[in-house]
Amino acid sequence: MSLLVVTSPHAHGPLSTAQVMRTVLMATLPGVMALTWYFGPGVLVNIVFGGLVALLCEALALRLRGQPIQPFLRDYSALVTSTLLCIALPPYAPWWLVFIGVASAILVAKHLYGGLGYNPFNPAMVGYVVLLISFPLQMTQWAPPRLLTDATPGLLEAFQRLWGAGSFDAVTMATPLDLLRQNSGRELADLYATTPQFGLFGGVGWEVVNLAFLAGGLWLLYRKVFTWHAPVAMLLALACCAALFYDEGSSASGGSPFFHLLSGATMFGAFFIITDPVSSAVSNRGRLIFGALIGILIYTIRVRGNYPDAVAFAVLIANFAAPFIDNYTQPRVYGHAKEGDS
Amino acid sequence: MSTPSYGELSINGLWKNNPAIVQLLGLCPLLAVTGSVVNALGLGIATCFVLMTSNTAVSMIRNVTADAVRLPTFVMIIAAAVTCIELLMQAFSYELYEILGIFLPLITTNCVILGRADGFARKHAVIPSLYDGFIMGAGFTVVLLLLGAMRELAGTGALFANMDLLFGPGAANWKLVLFADYQPFLLAILPPGAFIFTGFLIALKNLIDAELERRAQARAEPVAAGSKRVRVTGTIR
Repeated sequence: MSLLVVTSPHAHGPLSTAQVMRTVLMATLPGVMALTWYFGPGVLVNIVFGGLVALLCEALALRLRGQPIQPFLRDYSALVTSTLLCIALPPYAPWWLVFIGVASAILVAKHLYGGLGYNPFNPAMVGYVVLLISFPLQMTQWAPPRLLTDATPGLLEAFQRLWGAGSFDAVTMATPLDLLRQNSGRELADLYATTPQFGLFGGVGWEVVNLAFLAGGLWLLYRKVFTWHAPVAMLLALACCAALFYDEGSSASGGSPFFHLLSGATMFGAFFIITDPVSSAVSNRGRLIFGALIGILIYTIRVRGNYPDAVAFAVLIANFAAPFIDNYTQPRVYGHAKEGDS
Repeated sequence: MSTPSYGELSINGLWKNNPAIVQLLGLCPLLAVTGSVVNALGLGIATCFVLMTSNTAVSMIRNVTADAVRLPTFVMIIAAAVTCIELLMQAFSYELYEILGIFLPLITTNCVILGRADGFARKHAVIPSLYDGFIMGAGFTVVLLLLGAMRELAGTGALFANMDLLFGPGAANWKLVLFADYQPFLLAILPPGAFIFTGFLIALKNLIDAELERRAQARAEPVAAGSKRVRVTGTIR
C-alpha cells in the first residue's frame, strides 16, 4: 500500500500537437466513411495520394528551411491539412489537381508563412480556393450519390481515374447546392419535390455525410480538442440567415435552414475547418464573433455568389478578420480595470 | 552634390535599388497588367519613356523651380509625358492601348516616376538624369517582363502570345507553346497570381544577394593558419 499522499496542484499532461492531430484525423472517419458509401472510394484515393504528397512537401520545405524533419513529420499536422483538403475535393479528381492543391496548401499557405502555428490562413482552405479559382471546371464535378446511380465506381476504377483514365464527365451530377443556385423561376417547394437530388432535408447522401461529420465534431468537442463557441455561432448564424430569407413559395429565396445546415461542407467546415486554433480568433468571445461572421458569409456567398459552395471563401475572409476580432475581444486581465473605467 | 558614376547608376537601377522589387514602387501596374509578356513589355516601354522624358525636363528646370511648388510642377510634366505616350500608343498599337486601358494614364501616379524626379533629377545635371531615368525604367521593365513571362507560362503554358500587337503582323507567329494540352492555371493570370509571383521574385533576389554576400565574405577573409592576431573592432571586409 502506498502511503504517498498526493495533493494538488497535480501535474497536468496537456495534449501534444501529435495527439490533437491524431484525434482530429480519427474524428474525420465517420464523415469519410459516409462519403465513401455514397460517392465511392474516390475520396479515399484522394486522401491516400494527398497524404503522400503532403509528407513529401513537408519534408522538402523543412529541409529547405533548415529545420529538423523527423519531429514535424511525426506530428501529423501535414496529414491533417491534406486530409481535410482531400475531403473537400471532388472524388475522382485527376492526380495533378490533388497535387497542386496539397502542394500550395503545405508549401505556400503553411511554410512560406512560417510553418506550423504561424499560418494566418487555414492551409487546407487556401489549397481548396487556389484550385477552385484556377480549375473551376474540374472542381465542380461531383459524382452522383449511390441512391441515384447504379454505377458507383470500385476501388480499382477510382485509382485509374486518379491517373486520368476513363471519362470524367459521364459520372457527374449537379449537387443540390448547384441546383438551388441555378434555379430560376421554379418555386422551391416544387423544386424540392421534383428533383431527385433533394432528400429529406438537404441533398440525397449529403445529409448523411453532414450528420456523420457532426458526429465526429461532437466527439472532438467531448474530447475537448476545441471549444463549442465557433461551431455553434457559425451554425446558428447560418440557420438564422436561412430562416430569415426562406420562403418555399418563392423561386428567388435561398434554401431552408435545414437544407443549409445539412448541405455541402457546412458541418465539415463548422467542426473541422473553422476550429483550427492557429487561424481562428483566440478568445471565446472572439470565437463567437468569428463563427457568426463565417455563418453569415457562407449564406451570402452560397445564395448570391457564383461558386458551388462558400465555406472556403468564408473561412479565408474570416481568417483575415481574426486579428482584428482579437484586438477588440481581449479578455480583461484579472485585477485590471476595464479599459476606460479607471 | 556629387553625381554618381554611370556604372553606379546602372547597378542601382537594375539591381541594388530596382524600382519594382527593392523599392516596391509602381506596384499597381506591376500587379495589374503583367498577365502576359506583351502587356508587360508595352507598359514597361511606356513607363521607361515617361521616366526619361520627365527626368530630363525636371532636371532642366531644376534651378528655376521654387521648392514649395515643385511637386505640382513635376506632376504636370509627368502628366504631359504620359499624354504623349498615350496618344502615341493609340496611333501605333491600338489593340494594346485598349488592353492596357486605364493603366496607361495611371502611369502619371506611378511613384517610381515622381520618386526619381524628386529624388534624383531635381539635384543632378541633365545627362545623368536622363540616364538615371533610362536605367530605372529598364530595371522596371525587366521585372515586368519576368513577371509577365512567369505568369503567362504558368497561366497558359505558352509564351509570347499576341506579340503582333506591339511588333506588327510579322510577330503574329512568335507564340511559343511550351506545354501542349495544358490546363490553364487561372490563378497565375488573376491578380492574386501577381502578388504571389512578385513575392517569389523578391525572395529570389534576396537569395542571390545573400549568396553574393557569403561569397564576398569568404573571399575577403583569408585567416592565416596559426595567426595570433585577434581583431576586436570593426567589420572584417
